[in-house]
Amino acid sequence: MAEDVFVRSGIIAPKPPPILEIGTIGWMRANLFSGWLNSILTVVSVLSILFVAYEFLPWMIQSSWTATSLNGCREQIIEAYGEGTTGACWAVIRERYLQMLYGFYPAELYWRPNLTFVLMVVALSPILFPRLPRRMLWFSAIYPFLAYWLLWGGSVWFPLSVVLGFVIGYLLIVGISERANLLAAMICGVLGTILYWLFLADPVAQVAQSMLPIGLVEVQSDRFGGFMLSTTIGVTGIACSLPIGILLALGRRSDLLIVKAICVGFIEFIRGVPLITLLFVASTLLNIFLPPGTNFDLILRVVIMVTLFSSAYLAEVVRGGLAALPVGQFEAADALGLDYWKSMRLIVLPQALKISIPGIVSTFIGLFKDTTLVSIIGLLDPVGLTNSIRADAAWNGIVWELYLFVAALFFVFCFLMSRYSMHLERRLQTDRH
Amino acid sequence: MADRTQPKRSFTPGMLLYDTRYRAMTIQVVAIMCFMLLVSWLISNTVQNLNALGKGVSFGFLGQPASYDINQRLIEYTSRSTHLRASVVGLLNTLLLAVMGCALATVVGVLVGVLRLSRNWIVARLMTVYIEGFRNVPVLLWIVFAMAVLIDTLPKTSDFRGENATASMYLGDTVALTNRGLYIPEPLFMNGLGDLSVLGLFEISLDLIAFLLVLGAGIWAAGRVKRRADRMQEETGTRPATWHWRILLIAGPVAALLYVLGFTLGIPELKGFNFRGGIYMRNSLIALWLALSLYTAAFIAEIVRAGIMAVSKGQTEAAYSLGLRPGRTMSLVILPQALRVIIPPLISQYLNLTKNSSLAIAVGYMDVTGTLGGITLNQTGRELESILLLMACYLAISLSVSAVLNWYNDKVKLKER
Repeated sequence: MAEDVFVRSGIIAPKPPPILEIGTIGWMRANLFSGWLNSILTVVSVLSILFVAYEFLPWMIQSSWTATSLNGCREQIIEAYGEGTTGACWAVIRERYLQMLYGFYPAELYWRPNLTFVLMVVALSPILFPRLPRRMLWFSAIYPFLAYWLLWGGSVWFPLSVVLGFVIGYLLIVGISERANLLAAMICGVLGTILYWLFLADPVAQVAQSMLPIGLVEVQSDRFGGFMLSTTIGVTGIACSLPIGILLALGRRSDLLIVKAICVGFIEFIRGVPLITLLFVASTLLNIFLPPGTNFDLILRVVIMVTLFSSAYLAEVVRGGLAALPVGQFEAADALGLDYWKSMRLIVLPQALKISIPGIVSTFIGLFKDTTLVSIIGLLDPVGLTNSIRADAAWNGIVWELYLFVAALFFVFCFLMSRYSMHLERRLQTDRH
Repeated sequence: MADRTQPKRSFTPGMLLYDTRYRAMTIQVVAIMCFMLLVSWLISNTVQNLNALGKGVSFGFLGQPASYDINQRLIEYTSRSTHLRASVVGLLNTLLLAVMGCALATVVGVLVGVLRLSRNWIVARLMTVYIEGFRNVPVLLWIVFAMAVLIDTLPKTSDFRGENATASMYLGDTVALTNRGLYIPEPLFMNGLGDLSVLGLFEISLDLIAFLLVLGAGIWAAGRVKRRADRMQEETGTRPATWHWRILLIAGPVAALLYVLGFTLGIPELKGFNFRGGIYMRNSLIALWLALSLYTAAFIAEIVRAGIMAVSKGQTEAAYSLGLRPGRTMSLVILPQALRVIIPPLISQYLNLTKNSSLAIAVGYMDVTGTLGGITLNQTGRELESILLLMACYLAISLSVSAVLNWYNDKVKLKER
């Protein structure tokens, strides 16, 4: 009997998994060919990718970089690669890329937009990345005036005298609040600043300029164009629309009936009409609404309209964030005895804005893309320039190369913005570790 | 004994600021005063400026002859028609583009959104590339690009002519795709019913009305059959097969009506320098349609994906454990819950598409921005009135759609205790 008993003498090593379930083959079976539908989809996708690559890669490589017209391109390509080949005519990009980037900005002054752009990155970095030293924020505060002076040129005293307005307002508030109460100080400070800007800022700048002339060569707005124009309008619009949007959202949720009605009316009106009608207002009507004889820069008018437009959308995004916040947060802030602005600033808005980051960034991306609409009212942004280049006799009939270039420019910026928003969401995620 | 009731303080002006009961009132009064001041300042400026220009506010220009042509139109229009009629033609063109665009964008968007969730690695990546590519490039660029491609890469009408034509028509010589636009067959009725004039403003084909009525009645009858089958299934547990009855109820009367009306297809033919007959869709309409719907589809795809992912996995598992098959799980459990998340942003995308259709002015499609805000404005010099009317048109569309959306949101809101 004892011979029938089997006692295991050692552990048998596990068998390797079937070759079809592991490694590349297993992955492909799981992800590409898990069923007949999936297999068909895979084959179709691979075939279409190969088709596009087969059509486009030779076209992109067998190209001309040096010709001066579309026909010249075609001749060069046929000469180099034989009869019947078609290729990209990148020469148009080589010839016009400076125009696409800077518009008709004087070529010898290109360093100014370049410097402005580099400084913009410096000014934005402390806002975007909190690890950088906080003192850099002072530079961010000065940057808008510096950028204005660098781009448009003119006397250095004009932006300085505008900055002086803020200093005067600050001094007034500090000085009066020591003697009287804070509210009176705020009112005096704001009024004083506005009066200074309206009546004193210009003479002060002129006097300073006549005593100590420092300035850059002035560049008129109609020389602006290309991607520089899109960035100028887009960045200014983004910077100005966020505070306005937050205020509108707070107003829409306020208990004050009239304030609420004004905010709701404004938001719904702006969201109900297309941006292009607002740009028409900027280009034709704004002068009618303002005191007779006022005539200010078209770019400024467009920036105002774009800012108003996107602030209404931002207000709705922020309102969504406010609505998503549990009511206990508002009540807790009240229970701590904070007043309205303190409870908003310290408790409510940080949380509400965090919730609405994806929406805010996608509104910003939308605003940046919408800057192309200015081409319809005659400003020469990249899209407007493609039209004028296509109308040029030398480049008549060119399609893919130009649009690929402009699309790539916008894609890089918008894609970076959306990636940054994902990064920000992860960084601010406090409920998960 | 001390008086325990609140001391009755008389009203002092300081309380307007420091007493919360009065402060709200003060702020509102100040706000409304500022608002009125702003409005009256704007109005007085406008009046002064208009006086200086020597023109008042008047909408009389709408009754004057427009004297320009509109090359794509749904209702009768000649260059002798009024500016008002030109605006209506433009508005109808806007709505046409919006409806066509929303339909295509929904189909493409839902498909892409579902495919992006697919476990198939390569398909999911391709869809991501599509979505990121379209979302991160301005829609105006897509529109002018589509227009340029249509004009510069499609065959000219002259290529269709002659012995050695380089281009040919598609689908058995019924569809012609040229760089001027697309010609497709049109429905013709040999013994049609004629047209019905609505208030003398425009005419609607009675054939179309009859067709829609018969189709609607067929769908209603098919719905009745389906409900009866549902009831029998609930009572007896077996479901009678009804699909052939339902197809017959919908298709039968429609086919009979088309036969009675003598339905034929009018096929576009090359005559002289151009195609004649058929329905003509201008290249600008096609470029706008494709660009707007593919651009919006990228956003819709993300909405659909988020909606499906918002339904928790437990719902699917619960449905499986109840014994529902995957198809019925999708239609009875997942979709009704996902739709509640999907529909509101979907409708706001429809509104965005409608507003973006105003970019038609960039490629010369005559929508309401092109007629009222474009040529009419330039010809009459009535900027204020034209732009106000234009904004009113878009506002009316947006507000009525949002009203429908609010009604829908109330209807599907989770009924919680």
